[in-house]
Amino acid sequence: MNFDFSPVWNGWHELAHGTLVTVEVTIGAIILGCIVGLIIGLGRLEPRRRVIYGLCSAYLSVVRGTPLLVQLFIWFFGLPFFGIELPAFFCGVVGMGMYSGAYVSEVVRGAIQSIDRGQMEAARSLGMPYGLAMRTIIVPQAVIRMIPPLGNEFVAVIKNSSLVSLVTIADVMHEGQKIISVSYRSLEVYLAIAVVYFVLTNLTGLALRLAERRLAVGGLVR
Amino acid sequence: MHGDSVSSAGPDSAQDARPIVSARGLTKSFGPLAVLKGVDFDVLPSQVSVVIGPSGSGKSTLLRCCNGLETADGGTLDICGKRLADHGRRLPEKELNALRMHVGMVFQSFNLFPHLTVLGNVTIGPRRLRGMSAEAAEAAARRLLDKVGLAAKADAYPATLSGGQKQRVAIARALAMEPLVMLFDEPTSALDPELVGEVLQVMKDLAREGMTMMVVTHEMGFAREVGDVVSVMDHGVLLESGPPAQIFDAPRHPRTREFLQAVVTRDTARPREAPPRPMPPAIDDH
Repeated sequence: MNFDFSPVWNGWHELAHGTLVTVEVTIGAIILGCIVGLIIGLGRLEPRRRVIYGLCSAYLSVVRGTPLLVQLFIWFFGLPFFGIELPAFFCGVVGMGMYSGAYVSEVVRGAIQSIDRGQMEAARSLGMPYGLAMRTIIVPQAVIRMIPPLGNEFVAVIKNSSLVSLVTIADVMHEGQKIISVSYRSLEVYLAIAVVYFVLTNLTGLALRLAERRLAVGGLVR
Repeated sequence: MHGDSVSSAGPDSAQDARPIVSARGLTKSFGPLAVLKGVDFDVLPSQVSVVIGPSGSGKSTLLRCCNGLETADGGTLDICGKRLADHGRRLPEKELNALRMHVGMVFQSFNLFPHLTVLGNVTIGPRRLRGMSAEAAEAAARRLLDKVGLAAKADAYPATLSGGQKQRVAIARALAMEPLVMLFDEPTSALDPELVGEVLQVMKDLAREGMTMMVVTHEMGFAREVGDVVSVMDHGVLLESGPPAQIFDAPRHPRTREFLQAVVTRDTARPREAPPRPMPPAIDDH
């Protein structure tokens, strides 16, 4: 058994470019996922607001309940059936972002509901409207509790982003496959790809740990 | 100080004024449990109205109704001339928010905002709700902190304060809205015994300045010394109301007598420092 990493070295330029695309798709998906997650999560705080709660719950159950790959294929291969042809990159970011948003929404809801009820009561007692109390009192305290589970979700987005190679986006996975198809050195190339994802995920974990430490003020972290 | 000799701006000067708090036939249930069973209750301007009674008697619920944290199911409740609760209907949200700015609330568990400094806690209301500039709000906050003896703690975070200090900040935070009435929900029940005095002192000072106060408490000494009117609640019913001397020395209702008996035995058996108090366990912080 002898390894031959030369296809990896020779294709480093393509792999580097693919890594950049992976990072771009991931960042786009994470940003979109956080926005969607915040909206859906806030919408599911109050079951008594039936319409909003129902719509947000429906979103969660559909998007979380179907495979990401199927959703990506619907965006890319399904929508053209209705005459809607979206660029592959757009499909990748939106498909991943909306999928991630479902998970982020539960992180948001869980963190907000973990804040002591007395905080909302104290804010409302001052005369704050619900929205202002949320923005200035509840969410700032909840954010730090969101970081650890968000870290999990961001890492999942990075790894899941390998699926966008199947909707023709030239990410690191896609570039790797191209190298394999001409060199047949699959193990070596897949190992190189694994290293790329390993570095990206762990850098993300490190960044979030730093963010958590930076945000910890006053009595927010015990 | 006893009865109506409490403060210069006491009940005499307010006799003909309209009540700040006025409940008529107030009822409230939590599921099958009737917590308030038709309560009539008034607080006149500059009056210190103390509500006592056993745990679960409905006194905290009555207080929480007064700023809309609970909505009464029946009866009427007028606060500062606004009908807050009208046979199960609550004041519309916007008016309720406006009314709450005039009603200060102090909680048993303080509920300070842990992500803000002491100064931030006291200024956030005036800045966000009364449109005060940061400078003006800060100046006012520093005056209030000075008044509650915590000027030196302005830049501290709540987690670094003792329970008594937290509660005094909470009082300053409520006062920063310049309320017409202050509601106190067992403000010393979560405090270590040696810290109760400093909070009660701040409340006494407030009473002396003529603040209208409604205080739910287990502190009988405070009720007797500072209260203009003491009301006794039991099982959702207001048993009797009157000047402290009357309630404590010549209670009319047998259940009042029973309750006071139980409290007095407890208080005299081992005064002040006695750790085992028949109360919920001290909640130090969240």
